Amino acid sequence: MIRARGIEKRYGRRRALAPVDLDVPRDAFLLVTGANGSGKTTLLRLLAGLAAPTRGSLDVGVDRARLGFLAHEPLVYRELTGVENLELFGRLYRVPERRERIGMLLERFGLWEARNERVSAFSRGMTQRLALCRALLHGPELLVLDEPYTALDEQGADLLDRALDELVGTRTFVVSTHEPKRVERLATARLALG
Amino acid sequence: MSYLADVAALTRKDLRVELRARDTLPAMLLFVLSTLVVFHFALPEGAGDDAAYGLLWVAIVFTALLGLARAWVPEQEHGVLDGLVLAPCDRSAIWLGKTLATLAFLLAAQVVAIPAFVLFFAPLDATALAGVLLANVGICAVGSLMAAMAAAGRARELLLPLLLLPLAIPLVVGGMGAAISPDGGRFLLFLALYDAVFAVLSWASFEYVVTE
Repeated sequence: MIRARGIEKRYGRRRALAPVDLDVPRDAFLLVTGANGSGKTTLLRLLAGLAAPTRGSLDVGVDRARLGFLAHEPLVYRELTGVENLELFGRLYRVPERRERIGMLLERFGLWEARNERVSAFSRGMTQRLALCRALLHGPELLVLDEPYTALDEQGADLLDRALDELVGTRTFVVSTHEPKRVERLATARLALG
Repeated sequence: MSYLADVAALTRKDLRVELRARDTLPAMLLFVLSTLVVFHFALPEGAGDDAAYGLLWVAIVFTALLGLARAWVPEQEHGVLDGLVLAPCDRSAIWLGKTLATLAFLLAAQVVAIPAFVLFFAPLDATALAGVLLANVGICAVGSLMAAMAAAGRARELLLPLLLLPLAIPLVVGGMGAAISPDGGRFLLFLALYDAVFAVLSWASFEYVVTE
């Protein structure tokens, strides 16, 4: 699914990611760990196609339509409601039976009651749950998750655990986290940066 | 058809966000009206209509600049632009949606500003109005691209005028020509040509602006 040889990212003279080799087979779960500034987020942005490597070759075996990306930031509009955000992205991703899919995800992540509230009124944890709904909305084959447990309370983290348990083995995952213990049991491969 | 549906969804989203946040349009309205009031007192007695038309164009360009400076703010909050860039739609649809929304805000500001201009300064004939409409398209098309470029940098408030104003000069020349020249039609043609060329260039280059 993913094959990288010596990918490196520089911004001017600053090196954001030291050269990395990667082979991630289909339906694998790659756990990426490393200290702050080791390049985890940069690597995930490269894999998502949001940035191009300065050096090396990178081949990601899915196109944008089949990739789900959870970033440090939630990638949702503050002035739209939860439903409106998912409606917009669902339309752009051509999600079939959009309303049903959105309703199911909002229920699953405990946001159904707050679906018509603006994101600006959400707590950080609720926003993170909505970001997870957005990343999963189109049923992606490759999920690139950058610190997915950030801001989630215990209940939210449990909901995410359950979602990952259901999907693991049927999707390819690249997950970076400061809490490796939480997903250690799911990992089929590990990459320590820095 | 799906391209146009994407553009419509993105434009609707921008209008909805503005309707709720009220960050851009009230500022544009207030700015253009207060500018016209200041010009009313600053313009010497008997300065003539040509000078007034010049001031109208100053007000239009800087009002547009104000709207464009805020155009990508909703996308910068929460990093939404990355989410849009990752979506499998044609990336130029993001630019076109933003251009149409900015155009709607500029037109809304002008619905108030143009009658105020006619009331305080000078009449505008059909050719002059057509010049304003055509220039709006050019300003918003190029401006949305420049605003996206500026938004990626750190000094975006400084960068946007530096990028946009030189490109807006032909629009001001065309708009002024349409208002004061006896052969205003030629200037309308020039504005239409500018719009077509720069809209295509902006449409084609947007993808490279939003990806690293």
